Amino acid sequence: MEIPYTVEPRPDTGLTSGKIGIWLFLASEVMLFGALFATYILLRVGAVEWPHGAHYLNIPLATLNTIFLISSSVTMVMAWYSLKTDAFGKFRLYLGATILFGFAFLVVKYFEYSAKFHHGYYPKTNTFLAIYFTMTGLHMLHVIGGMAVNAYLWGPGSKLWKTDKEHFANRVENSGLFWHFVDLVWIFLFPVLYLL
Amino acid sequence: MSDAHSAEDLKKHVRAYILVFVSLMVLTVVTVAVYYVHLPVPAAIGVALLIASVKGSLVACYFMHLISEKKLILWVMLLTVAFFVVLLLVPTFTAVDKIGP
Repeated sequence: MEIPYTVEPRPDTGLTSGKIGIWLFLASEVMLFGALFATYILLRVGAVEWPHGAHYLNIPLATLNTIFLISSSVTMVMAWYSLKTDAFGKFRLYLGATILFGFAFLVVKYFEYSAKFHHGYYPKTNTFLAIYFTMTGLHMLHVIGGMAVNAYLWGPGSKLWKTDKEHFANRVENSGLFWHFVDLVWIFLFPVLYLL
Repeated sequence: MSDAHSAEDLKKHVRAYILVFVSLMVLTVVTVAVYYVHLPVPAAIGVALLIASVKGSLVACYFMHLISEKKLILWVMLLTVAFFVVLLLVPTFTAVDKIGP
């Protein structure tokens, strides 16, 4: 059975099913991360002492990761733009760059986590590190998830381009919306955990 | 974004993407620079969250095309942000809670 409204917008909403689906999913994701940010505030407000993020964390590395994610967001949107201008080669280039930026983010995060463990800093060490590992760990899972979808669209999923260009462009757009959300979450995580 | 895109619209999109990208980079540098100024904690929180909110809005409005999205999506996300803010305000108010020991 064919999924309806993948290309043509629904008459009642004016949107494709995929578009409204991804936005509703992102709304639920806002509340998921919202719960963790609320937890952070509650822990910090209730703490007798709260360590400065820089005491445990590496600001230059986190700044580098911010640059990677912002760059990946612009390459992601350029990948979608390339499809809209019928430039499939450029699409692959931009989406490939997006995946590589995501991978670079993970490599930096690996070095960051390794340094923490090397110094004996674990989630059980204190409340600050517990919420740091929880929030950045969940965010990292989202990066991995977004990379997996993008890798599928770059590779085997791109076959759809040959048969239904608009449908494929919509899929890339929806994947991009998720990827931008991952960038958006990091934009808040970076100052909250590292700089305040 | 709306579902119909003219060639001129798409070119405008690219100009906006580049401008937003540069703005995000500059604001990232500003965020880190402000940290090294060592403002008092309440001021540092205010400035950092203000810059993060501007950066987040740029990503949502331009990269996620919320600025030209259908009203249904806008309302859904505005409602979500309202709930998000309430969720953050509840624990924040515990700082001024004087009831109890």
